[in-house]
Amino acid sequence: MLDDTVFWVLSALAVGSGIMVFRFDSMARATYALLLSLLCVGGLLILLGLDYLGVVIVLMMTIEMAIMGVFMVMYMMNPAGLVPMSMLHNKKGAAALCTGVFLLMALGIVLAPWPPRAGTAEEDPTRALGESLMGPQMLTMMTLGFALFSTIVATVLLATHRGRYDRLGDDLRARRADDPVPGGVGR
Amino acid sequence: MPEAAPLWAALVLPAALCLGAVAAAGFDAVVGGGAGRSGSGVLGTASAPLREGLRLLAQQRRTTPSADVALGRVGLGLVPVAAVLAAAVVPWGFVSVTDPAVGIVWFNAMEVLAWAAVWLAGWGPNSVLSLIGGYRFLAQGLAYELPHMFALTTAGLGAESLRVSDVVGAQQGLWFAVWMPAAFAVYLLSAAAMSYWGPFGYPLGGDAAGGAVAEYSGVDRLLLLGGRWLLLVATAAFSVPLFLGGGQGPLLPGWAWTLLKTAAVLAVLIAARRMLPVLRADRYMEFAWMVLVPLTLLQALFVAVVVLNR
Repeated sequence: MLDDTVFWVLSALAVGSGIMVFRFDSMARATYALLLSLLCVGGLLILLGLDYLGVVIVLMMTIEMAIMGVFMVMYMMNPAGLVPMSMLHNKKGAAALCTGVFLLMALGIVLAPWPPRAGTAEEDPTRALGESLMGPQMLTMMTLGFALFSTIVATVLLATHRGRYDRLGDDLRARRADDPVPGGVGR
Repeated sequence: MPEAAPLWAALVLPAALCLGAVAAAGFDAVVGGGAGRSGSGVLGTASAPLREGLRLLAQQRRTTPSADVALGRVGLGLVPVAAVLAAAVVPWGFVSVTDPAVGIVWFNAMEVLAWAAVWLAGWGPNSVLSLIGGYRFLAQGLAYELPHMFALTTAGLGAESLRVSDVVGAQQGLWFAVWMPAAFAVYLLSAAAMSYWGPFGYPLGGDAAGGAVAEYSGVDRLLLLGGRWLLLVATAAFSVPLFLGGGQGPLLPGWAWTLLKTAAVLAVLIAARRMLPVLRADRYMEFAWMVLVPLTLLQALFVAVVVLNR
């Protein structure tokens, strides 16, 4: 009973704030509506017994949304972020597409022939989920993680305005880094 | 050893945390030299923060044109709420309000909520200086958060569990602070930093006319400034089960040891505030990324090797 109530409240909040992301005309509000939606999803995962995943979603999504908010305000061309603006482009097409995808997925949930539970639930569902998701594909996952991380480092290296050669000279031998603003480690 | 707390503990927790915050703020006022002024004894100085808090409760709220009131108030309210939620996993002796299997991650998640809340509070009033304060904490918080997270992880690694009571149990005989000194030191640094307090007070700095709190008065100001003290007390209290053996100690009962150790950590943090100037943010951030992150990673590696060979 309590679980049902929590489930419906969190689900309604998650979907409602998800819709509000597109209704708000302020980037800050849209970002934090999305955060609220994701926090509710984290709560739903905790409800499923996946404590670690739920709390990690709360942790990571808070960090991510807080940073994303800055970029949203920056890129959306309304410097104060308070000027009304629309998040929607191609309104009718987008609405039709979203409704279609939502119905398709919801129908999948309702119509799929779910198998009856065999045996009892694992003592630690997080571990069981991790092993069934990644167990046989650990090598793939490790390679993928390494590739993603190298991509991030490479992108930052390419995008950075001032690398170590700008700071320490072509042979990296300068005793003091040539920085526009002095201060920091070793200076 | 861990016990489940009775349900009323959930109601006592916010009051106890507020009491701790008032005591810490009073101690800070006394250490700050306010007692030397004529006409006010030590008691008068120690109660100054409490009186200031009551005064703010009665003060009128300041409003600014085209403010985002809703977001600002969500941010203001979230700071103390997140501090109380974080404190829910801190054991008092050997009893905590809740002891989930992922207590350490929960504590960190609540700290991060408070971090995002400061930006919201800075965004709310539609004012340049408070927005600067919010943006400052957003950028600096990333440099604080990473070493902080690694320090928390190291304690969990040493106990091979993210449950706070397991971490306390793993410190029978030897405190984590003894064989993970780097993680403990980084935790203390980032505890002050994540509460944007003392040497890390940039987001509310005087150079930005109060930063995130610049436009707030009355109860709004009380929520943000009081919430900051709550955060500081909660993070100081959490260092006890993580690194200082929790309620373990001779003669005295567990709750007394928790209280004593928390008071000692708070005293160290407050004394450090009075001795250190506000650190230059760019210098500290480079230090955090270039020194603290590798240092905490090495510490975690060391602990991992020890645990594997146990």
